[in-house]
Amino acid sequence: MTKETPTAIKADQMFINFGPQHPSTHGVLRIALTVEGEVVIKGDPDVGFLHRGMEKLFEARTYSQGLILTDRLDYISATHNNLGYCLAVEKLAGIQAPLRAQYIRVLASELNRIASHLVFFGTFAVDMGAFTPFLYAFREREMIMDLFEMLCGGRLLHSYVRVGGVSADLPAGWTEKCREFLKFFKPMLKDYDTLLSGNPIFRSRTGGVGVISADRAVSWGLSGPVLRASGVNYDVRKADPYCVYAKMNFTVPLGKNGDCFDRYYCRMLEMGQSVEIAFQCLDALAGAELTPGEVMAKGVSKMLKAPAGQAYAHMEASRGDLGFFAVSDGGLNPYRMHVRGPSFINVAILQEILVGCKIADVVAILGSLDIVLGEVDR
Amino acid sequence: MTEEILQPDISGPVFNHANGRLLMPETRYWPTDMWKSPWSLPTYRRGAAVLAGLITGGAAAAWFLGEIGPRLAPVYSFIEAYALAYGVPAVLIQIFWTFIKGGILLLAPLVNALFAVWWERKISAHIQSRMGPMYVGWWHGVLQTVADGIKLFLKEDIVPDCADKIVHWLAPVVVVIPAILVFAPVPFGNELVFADIDIGTVYVFAVGGVSVMGIIMAGWSSGNKFSLLGGLRSAAQLVSYELPRTFAVLPVVMLAGTLNIAEIAGFQAGYWGGIIPRWFIFYPVVGQVAFIVFLIASVAETNRVPFDIPEAESELVAGFNTEYSGMKFALFFLSEFAYVLLSCLLMAAVFFGGGAAPLPFLEFLPSWAWFLSKVLILMFCFLWFRWTFPRFRVDRLMDFNWKFLLPVSLLNIAAGGILIWLLS
Repeated sequence: MTKETPTAIKADQMFINFGPQHPSTHGVLRIALTVEGEVVIKGDPDVGFLHRGMEKLFEARTYSQGLILTDRLDYISATHNNLGYCLAVEKLAGIQAPLRAQYIRVLASELNRIASHLVFFGTFAVDMGAFTPFLYAFREREMIMDLFEMLCGGRLLHSYVRVGGVSADLPAGWTEKCREFLKFFKPMLKDYDTLLSGNPIFRSRTGGVGVISADRAVSWGLSGPVLRASGVNYDVRKADPYCVYAKMNFTVPLGKNGDCFDRYYCRMLEMGQSVEIAFQCLDALAGAELTPGEVMAKGVSKMLKAPAGQAYAHMEASRGDLGFFAVSDGGLNPYRMHVRGPSFINVAILQEILVGCKIADVVAILGSLDIVLGEVDR
Repeated sequence: MTEEILQPDISGPVFNHANGRLLMPETRYWPTDMWKSPWSLPTYRRGAAVLAGLITGGAAAAWFLGEIGPRLAPVYSFIEAYALAYGVPAVLIQIFWTFIKGGILLLAPLVNALFAVWWERKISAHIQSRMGPMYVGWWHGVLQTVADGIKLFLKEDIVPDCADKIVHWLAPVVVVIPAILVFAPVPFGNELVFADIDIGTVYVFAVGGVSVMGIIMAGWSSGNKFSLLGGLRSAAQLVSYELPRTFAVLPVVMLAGTLNIAEIAGFQAGYWGGIIPRWFIFYPVVGQVAFIVFLIASVAETNRVPFDIPEAESELVAGFNTEYSGMKFALFFLSEFAYVLLSCLLMAAVFFGGGAAPLPFLEFLPSWAWFLSKVLILMFCFLWFRWTFPRFRVDRLMDFNWKFLLPVSLLNIAAGGILIWLLS
């Protein structure tokens, strides 16, 4: 963090409403900034402008109806939310998804992770004033959206992962198309590095800005790339493997300094790892032991009744540790559904790290946390 | 009953749906192989051919037209003789002639803005693998800027309630008038200069500096905190970068022994060993350093990326012109592109020999054509920077100026003195 040395001359303080209508708050976040010239002396994130009462809405819907609500939480990575919800409900109802469905789930969620990180890459570059990477990122993301459209018809809100499996098997020819994309995409990461990561202006804007030390990151409950950039090795895919992540061979990229650049670069490296995982899934799906078409657990009715009890399942969404806590009283609807949204918890640290930085750094720090307001406000 | 299933046309770009049906993998068209090798795209090859044709055609037209500068004197003497025969006083004729030339000069920033905005949009589009404007005008959206101009002209002019009305109204005027006046001593070719004054270099920097006032006025009077911050930033930035920009030209002035821009350009005519042009950029070390410092400072002076912090979109919404709409906004835009043109003209005149041809056998083209092509190439660099670099942070920007550019430009003046001593 760039701390300004206190001087004898006190300039006039100015209060700025940074958002909710602002080009770079990524939605409707409001940050109440008190600035002295260009230096921030106080910054409070104010959330809730997009509150839709999601957790209450779950209670009025059956388990299969509730699924489409999860798409609207973190709308950039819808499959992750679907998967987290389904894991919780399956745990609650004691359903085991078939192995083929689990591979497809991992594949879909890694593709979605790439799409989500591409949005981060593009918008972060726009925050830094470079407009070109945004369009490059969206060109590649468009192909992932095409892939999802072939899978389930949805481009942004997929609802592909269902309680008990996935909605449909891979269509014919999809695997080849997916391989074509992955082969095209992998060298693109190097292009992004030459365009943005290696740029001295970009490095000076992000390096050493918004530093979060490892112990602060843990005590604020951060998760995902924001946590790993501070050097804490915690990834739900490794620490508490779900689906078939235990069989996958991949590494978890870690940062050192916990500054904006590390948070950015962790995500860039994660995209490369996601490509590897996707290739492994495609190889496994081509194997003979997974029966094609067997993607739904037997005997899962649409009007699912879970036995009374409670279950918590969490997974590594693209923004961090996404958890669903489901309580059932034995009826058709969940009695309570709590969402642990990583964006909501990550955004809280803003009030600590914004102090002492410049106005231009507010944008960099906010962009590097990569929050989605749909998940923050729910 | 069997319905005929229409097959989607896959030769074109990607369509997500055809007749309400999802496109399945076999019908999905991704030009991944083409993106990897752009020269395999027919449009790419055609574009290169069109570009080559434009350059050849432009050169042929320039050769046909020949030098314009020497032809003006006969026109003037014709008018003078005609008018004197009717008893019109000579002073009136001179005033009339000045007004004609002034009118032509006034067109320079306007035509430049029309052209440069379209060019910037096309360049940005092609850098970002887009098409850019394609519909307005006959060819590749050439009249897009005209349409935009009409739109801006017809828009409501909104003045915020809490704005200082008079200053808010005055700010675009203060920005634009110097942006037009500043072109007076700048040559557009041999003998193509409005006011051939001896202190041309000083005049350009002095008048150009007045526009800063307008930007500060705009930021202060808008009654918007983001505008105020933008105004403050521009005050600091533009005043700081004026120094290295001026110092970068000093070695040239010392070598040429004159402040007249047209004479500085004329000083660089001729070739070393019959091959290397005597342009100032080819003077060892001093020339290159001076050019780079001038280029960086010029980009900063014109508020363009990577130095666009006064209007930094992602931080300050739109900086000093947040509260401007309609034609007032267009005036800010106009002055920005006028200063881009001015910087390119100055660089072409001061560092690239003005209207001198790069090689002796190319001298058959007139000087204004060479001048124009140098300006266009430099302007392309300006536009190119904008779509490649991220933005500086405001304090780093100041550090870069005061701790790097200014010392370098001062050292360069000393090096220029040593070079003059060595050459004499």
